Amino acid sequence: MDRRGFLLQGAALGCSLAASPLITPVALAAGPWDNRLVVIVLRGAMDGLDAIRPVGDPDYATLRPTLNDGKATPVSDFWALHPGLAPLLPLWQAGEAGAVHAVSTPYRDGRSHFDGQDILEAGTLRIDGGQGGWLNRMLGAVPGMTAETAFAIGQDRMAILAGPAPYLRWSPEVTLKLSPQVRRLLELTLHEDPLFRNAALQAVAIADGLSVEAAMQDEGGADMQMEAGRPGAESALARFAASRLREETRIASFSINGWDTHQNQRVGLERTLSRLSDTILTLRDELGPIWQKTAVLCMTEFGRTARENGTRGTDHGTGGAMIYAGGALRGGQVAGRWPGLSDQALFEQRDVMPTGDVRAAAGWVMRSLFGLDADVVSRVVFPGLDLGDRPEFLL
Amino acid sequence: MPFDPLIAATRFGTGLSPVHAPPSDAAAMIARLAGPDEVAARLPIPGLATIQPSPARVQDVSRARIKARGTPQAEETDAIRRVVFAEARETQQRNALTTIARGVTAPDGLRERLTAFWADHFTVIARNGSQNHLVSPFVADAIRPHVAGSFGDMVVAATTHPVMVQYLEQFRSLGPQSRQGQRTGKGLNENLARELLELHLVGVNGGYTQADVTQMAELLTGLSYDPTEGTTYRAGWAEPGAEVVMGRRYSAKADMSTITGALRDLAVRPETAAHVAHKLAVHFVSETPDPDLVASLAQRFLDTRGDLLEVSAALLDHPAAWSPDRVKVRRPDLFLTAALRALAVPADRITGIDRRAFNTHVGGPLKLMGQPIEKPIGPDGWSEAAATWITPQGLAGRIGWALRSPQHFVDALPDPRDFVRTALGPLAPAELTFAVGAAESDADGVGLVLTSPAFQRI
Repeated sequence: MDRRGFLLQGAALGCSLAASPLITPVALAAGPWDNRLVVIVLRGAMDGLDAIRPVGDPDYATLRPTLNDGKATPVSDFWALHPGLAPLLPLWQAGEAGAVHAVSTPYRDGRSHFDGQDILEAGTLRIDGGQGGWLNRMLGAVPGMTAETAFAIGQDRMAILAGPAPYLRWSPEVTLKLSPQVRRLLELTLHEDPLFRNAALQAVAIADGLSVEAAMQDEGGADMQMEAGRPGAESALARFAASRLREETRIASFSINGWDTHQNQRVGLERTLSRLSDTILTLRDELGPIWQKTAVLCMTEFGRTARENGTRGTDHGTGGAMIYAGGALRGGQVAGRWPGLSDQALFEQRDVMPTGDVRAAAGWVMRSLFGLDADVVSRVVFPGLDLGDRPEFLL
Repeated sequence: MPFDPLIAATRFGTGLSPVHAPPSDAAAMIARLAGPDEVAARLPIPGLATIQPSPARVQDVSRARIKARGTPQAEETDAIRRVVFAEARETQQRNALTTIARGVTAPDGLRERLTAFWADHFTVIARNGSQNHLVSPFVADAIRPHVAGSFGDMVVAATTHPVMVQYLEQFRSLGPQSRQGQRTGKGLNENLARELLELHLVGVNGGYTQADVTQMAELLTGLSYDPTEGTTYRAGWAEPGAEVVMGRRYSAKADMSTITGALRDLAVRPETAAHVAHKLAVHFVSETPDPDLVASLAQRFLDTRGDLLEVSAALLDHPAAWSPDRVKVRRPDLFLTAALRALAVPADRITGIDRRAFNTHVGGPLKLMGQPIEKPIGPDGWSEAAATWITPQGLAGRIGWALRSPQHFVDALPDPRDFVRTALGPLAPAELTFAVGAAESDADGVGLVLTSPAFQRI
């Protein structure tokens, strides 16, 4: 078949190329609000007790004989930041970073990473996968959303955004260079299968957007090359997230792995917390003035055991901490109700007792940022959640 | 629904090939699976005993380097370590390519598919660069020899394999009341115990509690590993006393037979049968498998006390396995394997590529498709959901590979109009046949075939 035959045949197959989503630029409408939400999923269970240390708690030092290394940075009479979070101190002092302590999802007793992450991302104890992630349900509850409103970034599965509401997903290192003819033919060959068709449609839209951006940067001169040092993978994710959030995107989510510190936690956690600090600082730098309209929530599937284990690490626990940042929240504090660490105060005499639901913290942030009704939060986004009182870390 | 050679080659194999005819019937597939492992003999992957560099060598050079810090020998030990680590990287690359070449050149790919399935069931992941080359020896030692054998044997082989003992930190766990525990004040690490129950044996809905996990962890104490000796049993680390796991009391004797006995017992529990049956059906047939298919796999598993040849036969016996609905999508590694198989790439063209070509045409693309080689996120392995893989980014990765990489593996690309039949059989959709004919180059045409849903769905 020759090229001319192709066009005729194409018409004969009833596939209107003029209306093809792959060759028609996609209109990307703005999100319905101006504030930005970044949710970073800390996979592997961050030890909140070590990240944000209750050095003023009388039982803390006994439970943490080697992890309590005296190197933490005090931020109050009671609390001190792990050395890996020290780079965030200027933000903390400026009221643009803080933490909520002794929070958890409703998951109890299983202590499985996979179930824990599923529940964190589903936002409900029902994790049969049918209901999608809570960020997706939030998108579905607000009219006027487009796919560009929310972005799952990086190569990890982000169940938190999965679901029927449209969202985009991309990893900064992907490029997609297609000749016009291949584009047309792909539209034809992928058309009948919705999974493939929709993925291809979004891929082309994102890749087109990125190549335009890259071309503009090339014209702008070489100052993009001036960065000192090679940015880590998370910095690349943060940079990409910021580039989207400066445009139409209002919600971005990605993950940072490596929190499962069963042994030699001093080394492992410092490394991972430093990456988290870098990520937050990269977001701040790259977002510029938009940082003031941004909330960054760093959530993990559960906390870790209050006591160190036999291998200078900690095992899977229950209550943990949520670190937050951004100009749209009131930082400089450790919010939440501290339960104490005495034997009776611990959950099952083992873990930090959760005194707050981490979903309520996220729910209040969405109410504050996006003006969501309490009803939408507690019925749709987190079905059955008791939102409780307005927390002190909202502006 | 009767046996279908096209489905046999794609859903239960590594794809259609112009060189190897599809299987003629299920009995022939099972007979081949029961027979000698000719593919592994032709394309060997060493086990841990002979892998180079050996774990002991890696440990030696790492220790020497630490010891030499700040001394005149520092530079030399550094250089030696770099050479050994580079050798480890080459080994990992060669074995990853050999695994692909096996799928590409196997007469039928059932054994390759089962090996991939069970390797995923017992996922191990390198915790640092010095262990990257140890995943394929684990599969060679603990998984592949048992895919047509007994599940209990596989559980014992996998659980006690040095790479698993290392990955799930069993070598750090000791009984708090053991001699060593009393002396050092150290204690349990529950990691292996938990994943055994949750992932490998009875499954997360298998009805176990935190107490069972702790008991299992106590039962496993003593199982350890040493880079020189391999798997070891340290009686002085074993928690004294008998343990009760899920209602069954196991021996108080502090030796390896207590551990292997408990593993074999747990391996044939009905909860384990149900868990394994469901996973198999999800892997090969559908994310939401026919309950009767799952039940019949579980029943055969129970009836034969975990005879995996019988369980595989039960899979091929069931009508639901031959459903014409192709709802599964090839995982990236299988996508790449099936593509090279359809292109009839010889094994040495795959195993012989250099590091740069490996990164450009295998390792890098698989990462973009969402499957970095031997690096799933956690011990639950790779996703079974089509939507996990066919994302904008994942599909972009497949499209990019399909358009640019095949020509690297063959001297001349096939005529795309022939290739569409080679890769898909007589059932190629009309719009694909048409598009392939309209492509501007052979590379585009071949790429269109490989990116088509008809090729990617099995």
